[in-house]
Amino acid sequence: MSVFNVFDVAGSGMSAQMLRLNTVASNLANAETISGNEGDVYQARHPVFESVLQEAGNNSDDVAVVKVREIMQEQTTAIPHYRPNHPLANNDGFVYSPDIDTVAEMADMISASRSYQNNVEVMSTTKELLLRTLQLGQR
Amino acid sequence: MQYHLQEEILMPVSFDKVFGVHDDALLLFERRNQLLSENIANADTPGYKARDINFDQVLQNAQNSNSQSVSGAQLKTTHQGHINVQQQPYTGDIQYRQVEQSSADGNTVDTQKEKAAFAENAVRYQTTLSFLTRKISGLKTAFRGE
Repeated sequence: MSVFNVFDVAGSGMSAQMLRLNTVASNLANAETISGNEGDVYQARHPVFESVLQEAGNNSDDVAVVKVREIMQEQTTAIPHYRPNHPLANNDGFVYSPDIDTVAEMADMISASRSYQNNVEVMSTTKELLLRTLQLGQR
Repeated sequence: MQYHLQEEILMPVSFDKVFGVHDDALLLFERRNQLLSENIANADTPGYKARDINFDQVLQNAQNSNSQSVSGAQLKTTHQGHINVQQQPYTGDIQYRQVEQSSADGNTVDTQKEKAAFAENAVRYQTTLSFLTRKISGLKTAFRGE
């Protein structure tokens, strides 16, 4: 029965968007993380979504659920700051901060939250339809 | 003579006739509900192509075919050795949605459109449900004979 597949589909979408929100939180939280070594600087992370056909029950078609294929790390160059008094500064007096576009991250966060809400709406509407179908013929 | 009388009394109510097109319509809306939810869930998936059922075409197929089922263009079994392939209704009527504005990642989901279609489909489903409820309560009244 394909009504139940909807819960799989919307659930997979919700978990994918939640992971996206998590990476946004991680990126924003580490936006100001200072490192004394250029190679150790935090790099922004972004999930890569893909659509996977999941086999449904014998009586219906396969459903396209969302899967997170990988979490991609950006390869940006760190921003150097000249702060010779900083405890983490290297021999030349530089500390490094990650190159994170906080505005883009905020936009990503809003997009993820809207998509999550859409999935919740799909789920609750479908649940209501299912419950009404169960009451078919009763009154 | 007695047998004839009995047959007349036991004339079965054909549920196919009572429910008419509505039980098939419920299946169709259920299938469409799933497709639209897939579109909404994959709104951010690169390369995903939105799909939908062409409702008008299904209706036309249903009107063209003489079979009682709505799911029009399907193979008929005319021999007992034929395999019945009516397992998956409306599979042939699923089409990719036309894009009005293409995106760089190849995704063709327009979330607003999909949400509108989903809401419309939910209302259609509920309408069909209430039709069925009325039919059933009509039958119940007839059975009680009050």
